[in-house]
Amino acid sequence: MTLQEIASKMHDQVKVLNKTDFRGEVTLEVPLDQIVSACRLAKEQFGFNFLTDICSVDNFGEEPRFEIVYELYSFDTKLHLRLKTRVSEDHLEAPSIVPIWPTANWHEREIYDMMGIRFTDHPDLRRILMWEGYPYYPLRKDFPLEGKPSEMPDVAFSNIAPLAGGPFVTSPGPGGTKDHEPRAHPAD
Amino acid sequence: MATTTPAAYDSKIEGNVIISRLDACINWMRKNSLWPMPMGLACCAIELMATAAARFDIARFGAEVMRFSPRQSDVMIVAGTVTYKMALAVKRIYDQMPEPKWVIAMGACASSGGMYRSYAVLQGIDHLLPVDVYVSGCPPRPEALLEGLMKLQQKILLEKAVSEQKHAKAELEPVA
Repeated sequence: MTLQEIASKMHDQVKVLNKTDFRGEVTLEVPLDQIVSACRLAKEQFGFNFLTDICSVDNFGEEPRFEIVYELYSFDTKLHLRLKTRVSEDHLEAPSIVPIWPTANWHEREIYDMMGIRFTDHPDLRRILMWEGYPYYPLRKDFPLEGKPSEMPDVAFSNIAPLAGGPFVTSPGPGGTKDHEPRAHPAD
Repeated sequence: MATTTPAAYDSKIEGNVIISRLDACINWMRKNSLWPMPMGLACCAIELMATAAARFDIARFGAEVMRFSPRQSDVMIVAGTVTYKMALAVKRIYDQMPEPKWVIAMGACASSGGMYRSYAVLQGIDHLLPVDVYVSGCPPRPEALLEGLMKLQQKILLEKAVSEQKHAKAELEPVA
């Protein structure tokens, strides 16, 4: 079965909002309430036995704002299928697919940590990179790269990193490296 | 005829006595057995391992005993990027080291955050710990770390091991 046949067969069983073909890659966008059944269908009927990755996208300024991207792969047919779904900022919840692919556990924790999308029925929804209690979601578009100060006594803290106009500022011209590359704190 | 003997002088004993200051002796002992606490957090740790291995051989400076226990170490070598999540763990390990203790910030990240100007990285371990020697480089070569160690040894030689401690103790005790 080719990828196109799989896509059209999935179209019969779940609602597909949008189908994109790009350089042999097929992307199906499904509504949020059907993502679990779409994933289950892809695994059980079409043999996508490997979840490569789950990513999230912040389309800041659009509605619905967030997007979750599931990359599926089949070791039997060697086909790659991409599923997408949109999550609104007002209702930041998505169903967990840990029961289908257990490897989704840490991927969903990372999305929760970095984007702030909560996964309902997740067995262990804790932050994975930042510490528990950190008040921000750093990969959102409205979060500055230099960070925001946070204070949790005895647990952790963070301060604003000096960017001096950009993350990798070097300026040519006379003077030493002290002038070319701004330091974290002035030498005194 | 009575023979006259010079004032008691035994050349054997005299040759075995060295007169020095207690500060100098203690500092000399301390500087030649600096046991490092390897705080390897990123790629600098690879260079730290190379420094300890046979080619560069940190044992020549008496610092070959890499203790992964803070209780038995003298100098913490912070080698790598200190993230905020790791920062308090580093501080806790430093607090568990017995006095006297020193800190070497190895590489750009440990010294200033390096190229990681971002929300996740502490901009220099000197925000948390008193750093004695900064070693530049990304990562520094083993020779650079050895030079940093030698600078620390020179610094230890200038410390007042005994006299200042007495002074500090006198300050702590309440005046009767």
